[in-house]
Amino acid sequence: MTDMPISTAPARSLYAQDARTKKRNRAESRFRTYGMAAVATGIIALIVLLTSILGNGLSAFRQTYVSFPVELTAERLDPDGNRNPEEMAAVTTFGYLPILAESFAAHLEAEGIETEMGIREIAAMLSEEAPAQVRAMVLANPELVGTTIDAQILVGGRIDGYFKGRVTLDSAERDRNVTPEQLMLAQELADRGMMETRFNWEFITWPDASGSRPEAAGLGVAIIGSLYMMIVVLVLALPVGVAASIYLEEFAPKNRLTDLIEVNISNLAAVPSIVFGILGLAVFINFMNFNQSSPLVGGLVLTLMTLPTIIIATRASLRAVPPSIRQAALGLGASKMQSIFHHVLPLAMPGILTGTIIGLAQALGETAPLLLIGMVAFVREYPDFLSTHSNTFPLMGDGATALPVQVYSWTQRSDPAFVERASGAIIVLLVFLLMMNLIAIVLRRRFERRW
Amino acid sequence: MEGSNMNDMSQFDQGVAVDTIKMQSRGVNVFYGDTHAIKDVDVDIADKTVTAFIGPSGCGKSTFLRVLNRMNDTIDICRVTGKTTLEGEDIYDPKVDPVQLRAKVGMVFQKPNPFPKSIFDNVAYGPRIHGLSQNKSDLEDIVEKSLRRAALWDEVKDRLQAPGTGLSGGQQQRLCIARAVATSPEVLLMDEPCSALDPIATAQVEELIDELRTQYSVVIVTHSMQQAARVSQKTAFFHLGNLVEFDETDTIFTNPSDPRTESYITGRIG
Repeated sequence: MTDMPISTAPARSLYAQDARTKKRNRAESRFRTYGMAAVATGIIALIVLLTSILGNGLSAFRQTYVSFPVELTAERLDPDGNRNPEEMAAVTTFGYLPILAESFAAHLEAEGIETEMGIREIAAMLSEEAPAQVRAMVLANPELVGTTIDAQILVGGRIDGYFKGRVTLDSAERDRNVTPEQLMLAQELADRGMMETRFNWEFITWPDASGSRPEAAGLGVAIIGSLYMMIVVLVLALPVGVAASIYLEEFAPKNRLTDLIEVNISNLAAVPSIVFGILGLAVFINFMNFNQSSPLVGGLVLTLMTLPTIIIATRASLRAVPPSIRQAALGLGASKMQSIFHHVLPLAMPGILTGTIIGLAQALGETAPLLLIGMVAFVREYPDFLSTHSNTFPLMGDGATALPVQVYSWTQRSDPAFVERASGAIIVLLVFLLMMNLIAIVLRRRFERRW
Repeated sequence: MEGSNMNDMSQFDQGVAVDTIKMQSRGVNVFYGDTHAIKDVDVDIADKTVTAFIGPSGCGKSTFLRVLNRMNDTIDICRVTGKTTLEGEDIYDPKVDPVQLRAKVGMVFQKPNPFPKSIFDNVAYGPRIHGLSQNKSDLEDIVEKSLRRAALWDEVKDRLQAPGTGLSGGQQQRLCIARAVATSPEVLLMDEPCSALDPIATAQVEELIDELRTQYSVVIVTHSMQQAARVSQKTAFFHLGNLVEFDETDTIFTNPSDPRTESYITGRIG
């Protein structure tokens, strides 16, 4: 220990904050508050969005069905009696309508349910899609003719809406499509367990339905179309984009031309997507005569749109690989190509994959360019993607639609039940996007683990 | 300074082999765009000798080192004139593929830069791309020999599959030396190999350099004059892109003929 005296009473105490420090601290806490406010705004917006979509859309995954025995009378469905599906197909859905109506009315009577409604009004409770549903069943299995089957039949959108709270007895008074009596009958059927609202796989698998039968509208074609397009985009955009980036970043000389290319790639990434749609319309459909509404054309347009994103992301991640790795490889006598493929590319892989998946997700949600190439079509049949029928190309495929386009066309229809459908489609779209982001995260983790 | 450090300097002096010239440069100029980085340099690199390039920062010693294995080719704006030969063959001849040249003239960099792969794969990479091994056991032999030569074998033999980037700085640099040695080069260029290392690791690497001299001719760029004095037999002093003086290390440090050399080694410039 020394005997030196301890200096006391400092000129400026550490305990008291001077004006400058106070000002600085205030500025910092203000900044923090702004940051937290910004984050909170984002979270609130997200919550509102999700609540509204989930609130509106979850009910699309449930659908009301009524069960009753349907007597498939042979005289009506197969007048010649030889069970030949081709001849039976001559009976249209109009032939099935009375069968359903009569079976339904007969069943009500047998169950002792009394109603003042006529048979026409009773039958109106069923979906317009129901005869088609039964017809498809019969054509698939002609042996059913002449028997009585226990069928689950779709009910109309208004009745379904009653069980989901969208339609009430009050609103039915003012509604020309449904009467309070029908709703009360539906309630009675539900009480007796004959009518139930159950999980609706058909929403995922069925194709779209016309504007008057929202209860039968499904996302099947849209999902298939979107998947097909994503595959086209992945197969074309990833190799082309990565190859272009490697060339530009590692091999291309740095001169005016490459500068120009670089500027143009950045500009292309910022071009509104509808412009790509016009390009696709002009080049692929008008000039090259590809099928309208074909998901291949959609995929090509989305590929053009995604390429700049992938190129920019890939170049950024190639640039982020430390030059020492390249030098090490070159110094050992590796060729440029070896140094890139053995060392640089594996290190850049997480970034490339993230960029690609972000590009794909962007393409998945893109609507505008698809409208221009006719993918907003109403598609009733599952497309045959290998078909060559109309005019042109193999793999061209029949027309299809895509998830965001399906959302767009459903929101334009008048029946309020389509609000629920559109929100349901948004949920499916979001689930797809979440899955893709999840894949991106998993892939990034996997590749990064290789030190 | 000279008097007191003389013993240090000669600690590795195990008798210089016969002077066969391995690489020869005549009238080498290097331009970076408009900058004239190396001015008319003549150097002879003797076989089985450690040649040190010393000089202040930015004097062009690293640039000249990279002339010797054409690493400057990777810089777009860099232009090299003059003649440099390896065993009489002009390495800037249009017929020469720099990839083959670099297999013969290996390089170790300033900062340890192991590949983000296992220790084994780091060392095996060169032999693999040059097809130096017939089979797996051959390759394992090469890896073991290279790691032994780099005095790293005993420390890593039990964890050859561990990542090379997980080693300490000095170990990483020795791994890089093993990696360079594995391709059996004839000349080994080292660009300030110890500048990122602590004194103990530096000592190990220096010992290693002296060991390597029995097989290769080694060219080392260094900031540390003591290091040049300790490990090299020949020393070249660069200043502002000129080769000021090139002579036996002893002569450079005890009896330099150019006043600039004397100023530098006594600490007045640089």
